[in-house]
Amino acid sequence: MAETLIREKCSALIIGGSAGSLDALLEIFPALSNQINFPIILVTHRKPGNDSLLTDLLQKRTGLRVREAEEKEKILPGTVYIAPADYHLLVERNETFSLDYSEKVNYSRPSIDVTFQSAAEVFKDGLVCILLSGSNADGVEGLKAANNLGGLLVVQNPDTAVMPYMPQQALNSLKNSVVLNAFEMADFINKLAKR
Amino acid sequence: MISDVIDNEQIETLLSDVLEAHGYDFLEYSHASIKRRILRLYSLDNFVSFAEFRYTVKTDKQYFKRFLEEITVNVTEMFRDPGFYKVLRNDVLPALGTYPFIRIWVAGCSTGEEAYSVAILLKELNLLHKSLIYATDINPSVLEKAKKGIFPLSYIKSYSENYVQSGGLKDFSSYYSANYSLAKFDETLNSKMIFSTHNLVSDHSFNEFQLILCRNVLIYFDKDLQHKVFQLFDNSLEQLGYLALGSKESLDFWPKAKQYKRVKTEKIWRKL
Repeated sequence: MAETLIREKCSALIIGGSAGSLDALLEIFPALSNQINFPIILVTHRKPGNDSLLTDLLQKRTGLRVREAEEKEKILPGTVYIAPADYHLLVERNETFSLDYSEKVNYSRPSIDVTFQSAAEVFKDGLVCILLSGSNADGVEGLKAANNLGGLLVVQNPDTAVMPYMPQQALNSLKNSVVLNAFEMADFINKLAKR
Repeated sequence: MISDVIDNEQIETLLSDVLEAHGYDFLEYSHASIKRRILRLYSLDNFVSFAEFRYTVKTDKQYFKRFLEEITVNVTEMFRDPGFYKVLRNDVLPALGTYPFIRIWVAGCSTGEEAYSVAILLKELNLLHKSLIYATDINPSVLEKAKKGIFPLSYIKSYSENYVQSGGLKDFSSYYSANYSLAKFDETLNSKMIFSTHNLVSDHSFNEFQLILCRNVLIYFDKDLQHKVFQLFDNSLEQLGYLALGSKESLDFWPKAKQYKRVKTEKIWRKL
């Protein structure tokens, strides 16, 4: 694990989560440093409507700017972007966002796989992916793509996740993932910023 | 991982072929999105090499029909974003009701669910008899479906919920007859629709409208192409006409946006 932590600087962090991931996010966000110098992109499964709810919830807990990702928007460091409900969120080569209203993937839109995959192609070994609690297997294919392109994978400890299925699926196929408890994640993310 | 199979350069090559051989220009589509659609089709149809895929797309007219249908996104629903339809029902369409004749363009109509939704609103406002809905799409095969007005019965429950949330007061089932797994919509609705192929990238303005709906189409275009399409809509919109976009789309960064005024909080703009 120590070895995987020594790497090039982080150019983007993507956090994916489904059922039970809010608990982890509420643990992570208050402890995030304001010095974070890369974008954080958040993809969580949720129902359409009440778009600003999650944004407001997290904004109250961090000094970083939190906003819903808009299509064709330039991705900036030190900003937290939330994937809008009911659209897939993709990262373009020029580091802007695209939205996509195509078929659900893993019964999900936004799908974590879709964002991980497209971001992996852009940020390659500068990408860090965190997969949190959830009860389906979304995110696993995306982690594989990130892994193939040199990204760093972090998976929430299934033993302490509200819904262990999703992180467990990831660990079953990606042995080199860093396993962390939710309370350890903010510290891990803050250290990424110092590289 | 399939994204290793076709690289960005090969995507450009394929799209250049498509333009040259078939006349469809996808080069200004959002790259990540179109690449994902192409990779999805490549793996769905079990091609073994990019060369084989490229050759088939270029030369096989029958396969190109499939390519066109699969590369464009045809996910749509009736009364999607009920709040949007509420504003259409309460503000926009009543304002158009004062005209002797109402012309509406549903651009990128796909299988027609939005056109039928608008027709239902017009009918309930007693405006359908003097309205004409032009429903266009790049893709001829989705228009064939749209013309029929037949949708899977399994979707009707959520359409019906959307309809109620958007302020619909009638019994939604009065608009269709159910037969096995399908719902066929009332023919008075599509008697006021004209279906035609139209490519927003390459075709020109063909009429003047009081309302243009183009929802969740522009998200697939890059910024420059979006601005070209806004100009096309501007050329096709009467003064005081309305332009309606998808819930995550915006006119804001288009240079001529100042000549438009936003209607309430929905993604609807009125041409001043």
